[in-house]
Amino acid sequence: MAMPAAEIERLIKATFPDARIELRDLAGDNDHWAAHVVSSAFKGKSRIQQHQMIYEALGGRVGGALHALQLTTALPAD
Amino acid sequence: MASDNPAQATIAKTIADNDVVLFMKGTKQFPQCGFSATAAKILEQLGVPFKDVDVLADQGVREGIKTFSNWPTIPQLYVKGEFVGGCDIIREMYAAGELHDLICEKGIPHAHHHG
Repeated sequence: MAMPAAEIERLIKATFPDARIELRDLAGDNDHWAAHVVSSAFKGKSRIQQHQMIYEALGGRVGGALHALQLTTALPAD
Repeated sequence: MASDNPAQATIAKTIADNDVVLFMKGTKQFPQCGFSATAAKILEQLGVPFKDVDVLADQGVREGIKTFSNWPTIPQLYVKGEFVGGCDIIREMYAAGELHDLICEKGIPHAHHHG
């Protein structure tokens, strides 16, 4: 099972339209991704909550169809 | 966090009885996954004694911990009954010195040498 970058981006953007997403394919197999997501939606949220928001946007695929997602989140620097 | 299910009760008891608990794939001696190995290694670097729970040994706990924490992946770290995060958060907090701060704040004895 694998998940292409475009699909990951689409799902995150569907929930967080302002998100800036950088994806890196860690193993070259479309299955182990590192994602850095920047969105104003993270304001006032703990790191755990920020990650939970992304997992929710990905609709339960993390740990399943999306085997490994190394995740970092941040607020936009403005 | 329903406790009507035996796995949920086991998880609740484990994190109540141990200051630092790492739910992981494999054991600290023989981790079965790179992410679990990384998390265990970081705790060892900090010299924090921790209870390792091998989720591969108990399917109920393996699935139960995901709902318990509302977190889809393993490993998962608990400190004083509080969910700290998974591998990425552990790594990020360790790099920023925040994990060490948390261990100190919570009054957990550890062998990490300051400075």
